[in-house]
Amino acid sequence: MLKYVLHRFMWAIITLWATITITFIIMHSIPGDPFAKEGTMPESVYENLQRHYNLDKPKIVQYFFYLKQVALLDFGPSLKSKTLTVNDYIEKGFPVSFHLGAQAMIIAVFFGLILGVIASLYRKRWPDYTSMIIAIIGISVPSFVLATLLINFLAVKWSFFPVATWKSWSHTVLPSIALAMMPLAYIARLMRTSMIEVLNQDYILTAKAKGLRKNAVIIKHAIRNALMPVVTILGILTANVVTGSFVIEHIFGIPGIGEMFVKGIMNRDYPVILGSTVFYSAILIFLIFIVDVVYTWIDPRIKVTGASK
Amino acid sequence: MGKLLEVKNLRIDFKTYGGEVHAVRGVNFEVKQGETIGIVGESGCGKSVTAKAIMKLLASPPARYKEGSITFNGKNLIEASEREMERIRGNEISMIFQDPMTSLNPTSKVGVQIMESVLKHNQISRKKAYNHALETLQLVGIPQPEKRMEQYPHEFSGGMRQRAMIAMALVCQPKLLIADEPTTALDVTIQAQILELMKDIQKQSETAIILITHDLGVVAEICDRVVVMYAGKVVESGTVLEIFQNPEHPYTKGLLKSVPRFDMDKSVPLSPIIGSPPDLFSPPKGCSFYPRCDYAMKICKDHDPEPEDVGNGQITACWLQHSMAKVMNTHTATNVGGGTKR
Ligand SMILES: Nc1ncnc2c1ncn2[C@@H]1O[C@H](COP(=O)(O)OP(=O)(O)O)[C@@H](O)[C@H]1O
Ligand code: SF4
Ligand SMILES: [Mg+2]
Repeated sequence: MLKYVLHRFMWAIITLWATITITFIIMHSIPGDPFAKEGTMPESVYENLQRHYNLDKPKIVQYFFYLKQVALLDFGPSLKSKTLTVNDYIEKGFPVSFHLGAQAMIIAVFFGLILGVIASLYRKRWPDYTSMIIAIIGISVPSFVLATLLINFLAVKWSFFPVATWKSWSHTVLPSIALAMMPLAYIARLMRTSMIEVLNQDYILTAKAKGLRKNAVIIKHAIRNALMPVVTILGILTANVVTGSFVIEHIFGIPGIGEMFVKGIMNRDYPVILGSTVFYSAILIFLIFIVDVVYTWIDPRIKVTGASK
Repeated sequence: MGKLLEVKNLRIDFKTYGGEVHAVRGVNFEVKQGETIGIVGESGCGKSVTAKAIMKLLASPPARYKEGSITFNGKNLIEASEREMERIRGNEISMIFQDPMTSLNPTSKVGVQIMESVLKHNQISRKKAYNHALETLQLVGIPQPEKRMEQYPHEFSGGMRQRAMIAMALVCQPKLLIADEPTTALDVTIQAQILELMKDIQKQSETAIILITHDLGVVAEICDRVVVMYAGKVVESGTVLEIFQNPEHPYTKGLLKSVPRFDMDKSVPLSPIIGSPPDLFSPPKGCSFYPRCDYAMKICKDHDPEPEDVGNGQITACWLQHSMAKVMNTHTATNVGGGTKR
């Protein structure tokens, strides 16, 4: 088990390194630089700035310079803001983004699983159809459309919730729902299929043949086995929530990392772009690592294959 | 010996998109206390459906109990409530399934899966349940039971899993054990071991066994009586001795000729029964074996023969046993049957 975890962890680090490298290459291969736009800047000032931020050094030197920085968890200064570093941005934005993302994922997992299980147990009856209509809406309606609809009805028309910004808990409700719908829908659909498959397995019949009550069979024998495919897609869904949060944060005017990332791209602010990319990648890779570990915990068969590697 | 189970005129349909499958069409048999009966017949003839019906494990829909009764210990299970069935399943009647690779929950420890049964049916502590499960594992010949209790099914071989399944079925000392092709999915050597185990259980406990199989060798080895099924019906039943020495039904004769047997003359070639069983969506009006039967007569096509007692408790459903036919067909029946006529 420990060997398997270490093995996975090593791969997580390698993936992170690859992400940093690729982002660095792509960003530097796009023409232009952060200070080029400001044409009125005197040549000497421009050169000074270039030197100050190491932009005059060869790319390869800049690359290693950056790797070293990241290893020390320092993402450098923002090129556009004179006073704030990228770390400052992350420290301010991350708690907000984390709150939003976590709340959305909790909603998605909780309601997704419930809908999926109910749908599978009432197959081809109205609870099933209702759940699946919700799921289809969640998958096919983009989050920004949903966000707009939610704002229009629940905030503007009926005033249940505030329209935008991020101040109290009631401010967090609509963006969380908007962000949660897509993963919720995927989880519900996958859980339904998975439950239906598991309920047809021989071991479910064995459990019934023991005299277990229907609910005990479902809870003790079906759900745990049915969860496995859902756990595998949690990593991907979280990635989607993270990217989706850029849009949602923008629509609701939420001061999270997503907002900062979008601004960073517009300003060609290298350290901000790199910093937020690396930060997000690290989070995602860490999440996938956690999912892998959780998976081995619920599926005992993996321990053996993992350990024998 | 008292009657433990009596299945009377059992009829079961399945509603499917293609129409109704008449899977079980009037099955009759009984099991006495402590007795071992074999149910044999080609695949698809309704053996598993009958077995699951006794446990009331058929999902309904699609299954429908159309007619008949299943009387266990004086109680008609068809009318029993789900609560009553829960108390009976795993406690008074238990079941072993064909494929041990898929019949155990892959994410739950074997020990836990066995204890579950004990805890469900007895008001005892976990510690006692654990000890009881451990003893049962020992009983079914699983070495190092303490270690095995903590393992998951994937750490067991096929034979060991089937032993664990048997332990799970026996842990509450049921009155009736239904084994649905318990050796079919296993290697030949393992099959023999599991069969030995079944024999031991038969000797050591008072448990009656219904052994479903298509292997007549297995039946000859451990059963007291045999029920031969064809296309959802019982075509013949009787003691092992009678069925093997004096098969009366042409289907039983065909089955016996299609498998190698220790008591058979080596010079007689094996001959499988030609053709395939009828479509159970629209079963034939007459004898269901008619299209494949070497002895078929005019009457067989449109009229279904009733089961008749042909002596010594052997019951056969075939027009050849009818008093009229007996007179007319004596020569054919004796010639091909191979056995001596009574
Ligand atoms: N759930 C089901 N739905 C429809 N038909 C079924 C179902 N289960 C069994 N049957 C049909 O019932 C018949 C008997 O099946 P079964 O009892 O499994 O045969 P076997 O004698 O091989 O155990 C088959 O024709 C099968 O197709
Ligand atoms: S009733 Fe007729 S067709 Fe059916 S088994 Fe007997 S002889 Fe053959
Ligand atoms: Mg079967």
